[in-house]
Parts: sequence; structure tokens; C-alpha cells
Amino acid sequence: MKILMLGWELPPHNSGGLGVACLNLSKALAKMGADIDFVVPYEAEHHFDYMNVLSATHIDPLFRYGCSAYDTNVEEKRFKEANCPEMYSIRDIQKNYIRFVEQYLMHFKPDLVHAHDWLTYEAGILAKKNFGIPLVAHVHATEFDRGGASGGNPLIRQIEYEGLLWADKIIAVSQATKNIIVEKYGIPADKIEVAYNGFDAPDDDYHYDGSSYQYIEGLKKQGYTVVSTVGRFTLQKGLAHMMRAAARAISIHPKMVFLFAGDGEQREELMRMSAELGISNNVIFTGFIRGKQLRDIYSISDVFVMSSVSEPFGLTALEAAHHGNALIITKQSGVGEVLRSIVRYDFWDEDKLAGALVNIAESPALTEILKDGIRKEYARISWDDVAAKCIQVYNEVEQNKRNRF
Amino acid sequence: MNSIVLYLHMHQPLRLKHYSIFSVGQDHDYWTEKDWYAGTNNERIFKKVVEKSYRPMLAKIKKCITLYPGFKFSLSITGTFIEQAEKWAPDILDTLREFAQSGHLEIVAETYYHSLAFFFDKEEFEAQVRMHQDKIKELFGVTTKVFRNTEFSYNNDLAAWADDYGFKGILAEGWEKVLGENPTNLVYRPEGCKNIKLLVKNYHLSDDIAFRFPDKNWSEWPLSSDKYIGWLKKSAESGPLINLFMDFETFGENIWADTGIFNFFEQLVSKWDRDPDCNFLTVSEACDSMEPKAEISVPWTVTWADTERDLTAWLGNSMQHEAMKNLYDLKKDIMALGDEKLTRDWRLLQTSDHTYYMCTKFFNDGSVHSYFSPYDSPFDAFLYYMNTLRDVRLRIDEKTGKNDGQLPKPRVTSMEVR
Repeated sequence: MKILMLGWELPPHNSGGLGVACLNLSKALAKMGADIDFVVPYEAEHHFDYMNVLSATHIDPLFRYGCSAYDTNVEEKRFKEANCPEMYSIRDIQKNYIRFVEQYLMHFKPDLVHAHDWLTYEAGILAKKNFGIPLVAHVHATEFDRGGASGGNPLIRQIEYEGLLWADKIIAVSQATKNIIVEKYGIPADKIEVAYNGFDAPDDDYHYDGSSYQYIEGLKKQGYTVVSTVGRFTLQKGLAHMMRAAARAISIHPKMVFLFAGDGEQREELMRMSAELGISNNVIFTGFIRGKQLRDIYSISDVFVMSSVSEPFGLTALEAAHHGNALIITKQSGVGEVLRSIVRYDFWDEDKLAGALVNIAESPALTEILKDGIRKEYARISWDDVAAKCIQVYNEVEQNKRNRF
Repeated sequence: MNSIVLYLHMHQPLRLKHYSIFSVGQDHDYWTEKDWYAGTNNERIFKKVVEKSYRPMLAKIKKCITLYPGFKFSLSITGTFIEQAEKWAPDILDTLREFAQSGHLEIVAETYYHSLAFFFDKEEFEAQVRMHQDKIKELFGVTTKVFRNTEFSYNNDLAAWADDYGFKGILAEGWEKVLGENPTNLVYRPEGCKNIKLLVKNYHLSDDIAFRFPDKNWSEWPLSSDKYIGWLKKSAESGPLINLFMDFETFGENIWADTGIFNFFEQLVSKWDRDPDCNFLTVSEACDSMEPKAEISVPWTVTWADTERDLTAWLGNSMQHEAMKNLYDLKKDIMALGDEKLTRDWRLLQTSDHTYYMCTKFFNDGSVHSYFSPYDSPFDAFLYYMNTLRDVRLRIDEKTGKNDGQLPKPRVTSMEVR
């Protein structure tokens, strides 16, 4: 089966989970015999022998960060310096992306177009509308997740809506995401399949050597429980609630240290909060980290908290599980739907989060059973299952197309 | 003579409310959930089961007693049930008293708090058995003579204890691994005991009603009373006592009325009662009906739960053990203080349901098998339980004046910073 995959990023040129998910999904699909052309909006060396990566433009992926799916403050001057002078904004890049897809389709005829998130939906719609290629829209996050209560950017919502309307079938990364698509966009539920993201443990030679965070190692030796969270510091992540819960937990069990790993617009607010709550000593901001430093964070911590107000899936939780953390996850996070050995709470329920933290810190039994249970569970979550689900959706779409003619 | 020995178990725990860690030191009422619709609202659940099961089934039994005078049965009824019934449905206790005094009902002994105290503290265990006997005497005017332990947990030590205590009979699961070649339909003697007799549950025939009756995928569905009576008579070939032991809530709550369970029951009773070769016996009468046929030894603990027939649903994981250790560690202080309210709360925390809610069996194997619980997860059950124990400890410390500041009052409230 020939699949034209429309994406916005692939590792290592990724800013978040979208690229990781797209890569792993494509890899698993290729194993099952899918022939994939994967379009990215930038030009970079990608060496994957299981699929072809096509560049829609000549811009450097470095500059593409400025227009990532998550960054709304695009600095125009960065684009003026880019190697493709006619592209000033994300919309310009998208127009070039669409033009590239159009060119592609004039020469090739894939069996199906699989588009990932609103960024690529217009190109997907074009394939469906002008070339009659069946469209599968994959929803990793909706604008309602990204924008919080405000509902985000109306233009993005419009594109997202049209993509969902035009799609023959929609794949959502969790039931929570499916619910949003049904409730906010009025898409019939039977058009949407849920395919939870997978997780394949990296098979590299990483091992924790304790060198990155010696201060925290010292605290651990003194009996401190290390709690971490990883992600962008935006409203969507619910970190202010987590900070208040941290203060409440520390008021009962002072030997707790919180690692806030990441960066974002809320950084200063969170720092100020930690000071006002009188827990600056117990809160550490690492800044934006990736690679070994990030994995060391997971390795050093005992408990991982996903405090998101709205999280379509939440891959970081599985990464933390892989490194042996006990997990506390909000009921508003999709990943919580597939895990059982976790403590779940409503993102606003600071008391419950604080209570869970104290109990984990004070109860070896609870910590052990959570860690032990999650270790058994996360390993079963495989990208092969996600790919199998996608193939099932592809076949269904193809069947429907044949029935129509 | 073929005899049905029907024994039912009537129990409702007092469920712990969602007790926050910030309630510690502030709120000493662990049992009253304010939210009416919460899964932990004891009053709502009790009243629901009263409507669905207790009242309709007792009405059915009353009808059976009136129309088929040979009908009689046995019942164990926990202290936590009685206390809730006194508050929310006293008519149930009145009906039971009527049955007991007319000789159609024998009350069976057990621990007042439906606890697993036998496995942690024999002294506490015996205190609860005595408490239960006193309550039954006061309420129904009868003395219990046959004992069953919580969740049918049973072993040689328990039988020896019950023998010494003076019970005439004890009930246990009729599992092949325990009985060997012996059928469930006879009276046995627990190993090393002098007087006490052992009756064991016929779990095949009991589970045909308690589990399989409503199952439309069961090859025998729908089960008619005639077919079932045929099975009973076949079973009676191996011995006269057909020990049908199950939860009272089987009728109406576990198996809903619309499956026809109530009418099945009445048909069974009426046909059995009219058959001159058949009768009903209470557990005491069954014990008296014959001499023990063999000695049975159970060196390990057997229960009536799951395929493993063990205690792992209650004491299988580290959380459950830690919770129980923390609970029973408080005994010395609780007993020394002798505070009535504190002792009651401590004992209510012994009810086996609390650790059952923390069960994680089959939790990680991806199966759909799940244990019934009013909490979102076993971890939540553990959190609320441990928070409650903190408060109990705090109350002890306050009364003994040794508050060592282990648990300072919260100094940050969620309203301070917005």
C-alpha cells in the first residue's frame, strides 16, 4: 500500500511528541508492508531506510523551530534570514507545503493520504478534493488542547474543522481527544477511531551514571523524594496547580524536591510562585533539556507528575515509566486511559495530588506497587499495535471507496 | 432424606469516604460522605440494596415460610450491617427477629466487624466474635452456635479455636483440594478437634445460582427449578446434605429481579417442600444429623474467593499488608486508652472490604477482570485509608499527650496564592 504521509517534523528536528509519534508510527507501518513517502516542511538530512522523506521547501529545520506547531510568537526577522526569502510566516510555509504536495500528486498516485494535525490538513484536503485520494486525518492535539479555555486561534480551528470534515476517517490519540472532536467540532463519533500512541523502549546504550545532577543525588541520600515533571511551561500543562500542590505536600512531608524540566511562557510565573509559597528551596528549574540530560531527570526521580489540564496523549509519562518512576497523572490526560497502575486526579484537585505525593513519599509499599505495576504495563504498549490499527482504518477507507464506485 | 442446607450471608461494610490528607486533624468522621451520589455514600448504597434485595427477598422468604412450613434457612449478619439497618431500615431487623423466633431461621456467628482479625490478633478476634454474639442475643434473643469466619477463611487453627470456644459447627469452602475424595454432602471433623463439626459449601450447586444463573452464555441457561432440583437429587446420591452457601445479596442485587431469580427461588422452595423425600435443615440441624464421616485437615488458609480460594484478594499485595500492619500496630494504644469512639473507628477500619478495595490481582495483565470497588483505583483506596490511619494516630497522640509533632497542621491552603 502506497501511503503519502503528511507531517511537520521528524526527530531529531522535533520540538515535541508529534515528531516522535510520526516516526515510530511510520517505522511500524513500514514493517507491515506500507510504502511511505513522508513530507516535512524543511530540508534536512534524514536517514531512514524504511521510508522516503521528502522536503517541501528548502528552509533549514533550525528556522522551522520558530514556526513549530506550538509556538505562536513567530519572530518575523528569523524568517527574513532564512534561506528561503519568500517565506515570512507559518502560513507561507504551509502554502509552499501545499504546492509541493500538489506537484507530487501530479506525478504519483498514492493509495491514501495520512495527514498529521492541522498543520498539514490543507494539503490533505487538496489531495482529497482535487485528486480524489482518500484522506485519513490523525489528531495528535486539537486547537482546544493547545489554546486552553480560549479555544485558541480561530483560523487554526477553521482549518482543523475542514480537515476533519473532509477526512474519510479520523484517528484520535485518546478517547479524551475523540470526545473533543465530537463535542467541539460535531463530527460523528463513528467516523473516529482511537489509536493510543505506543512506546518502544530505546535500544541504545544509555545508562544512568549519576553525573548530571549531583546536588539532587545528595538530597536523595538524605532521604528526599524526587518528584519531576517535564514539558512546556504553558497553561495547558497545569503547572500552577502542581506548584500549589507541591507546597501543600511539603507542608506535611518536607523532604521532597520538585524538578520542573522544560521552558515556556509560564517560567517566571512559576518561579515567583515557588518563592511566594516559600518552597524555592525545594523546587529546581532545569531549563529546556533533551537527550541524556533529560533521561537523567527521569532516572533520578522517584515520581513523575503529568499535571496537564488537557493532554491528548502524553508520551513523557511512558518515558518516565520506562525509567522506573511512579506515575501520577491527571484524569484529563489521554495516556491515563491506557495505564492502570497510576494515581489519577482531576487537574484542579491540588489536595489529592498533594495527598498522593505524601503517601508515596511515606509508603514504600505504595511506591513499590506503582513502580512494579507500571513497569509491566508500559512494555505492552507497542507501536506495532498502533500501526495495526491504522492499517485496519486504511482498509476500511479503501473498502468504502470501492463501494462508492 | 435429601436436605437443602441454605445459608446466606448478609453484609454491608461502612465504606471510607474520600478522606483527604488535609482532613487529618480536622475531620474525625470517616464514614459520612456528604455527596449523595458518591460511590462511598453508605446511606445511599444501603437504601438502594434494601430496595433491590433485602426487602423483596425477605418478603419472598416470608411467603415461603407461610406457604411451605418446612422451609428454614441460616443467616450470618455482620455488625456493620446491623448498625446501618438500625439507622436506615429497621424493618429488616424486625422481619429477621420474627423468623428467628419462629424457628425458621438460625443466626450464624462471625466477627462483628467482618474482619480478618484472626490472622493478625487472636485476642481482638475473639473480642469481636463475643461482641457479635452479644449483639445477636440482644437483637434477636437467640444464641449463635455455628461459626463462619470472614470471607469463609478457614484453617486448622481456626477450627481448633472454634472448638475450644464451644461452637458446635463451623463452615468452610468445599474445595476438592481440601476434601480430596470426600463429597461436600457429609459432616466432617476438623483435624485434632474434639467436638466441633465441619460443614462445607457445595460450590458447584451454590455457584449455579450465585454466579451462573443470569449468564446467557451458559449452556444450561435458562435454569429452571425442575432442572436444578434434578441436579440436587443427583448430588444427594453422594450424601444427604446439600450445602447451598451464598451471599444474601445474590437475590436482587448481584442478580437482578428481571432475571427471574426470585421466582426461581420460590419454585425451588415449594417443590422441594412438597417432596416427601426432601426437607430443609439449618446449619445446627445439619451438624446434629450425623456423626462426622472423616477428619479433614487444612493446614493452609482457604477462602471462598476466586479460583485460588485464598486470601490474596485481601492480603495479596504490599499495600494491603502495609495498611494492616499500620492498623494493628495501633492496638496497644487503642486498648490502653479505652476510648469508645476511637475503638469503634479502629475496629471499623478492620472490615475486610477496605483491603479488598486495594486489590491489584490481574491488574497488569491487560484482562478485564476487575474487583468491585467504590474507588477509582486500588491506589485511591489505599490513599484514603492511610490518610484515615494518620488521623487515628493523631487522635491517639492527642489523648495520650505525646503529640510528637510528626504531623504538623497544614500551613498552606490552596486559596493563598492564585
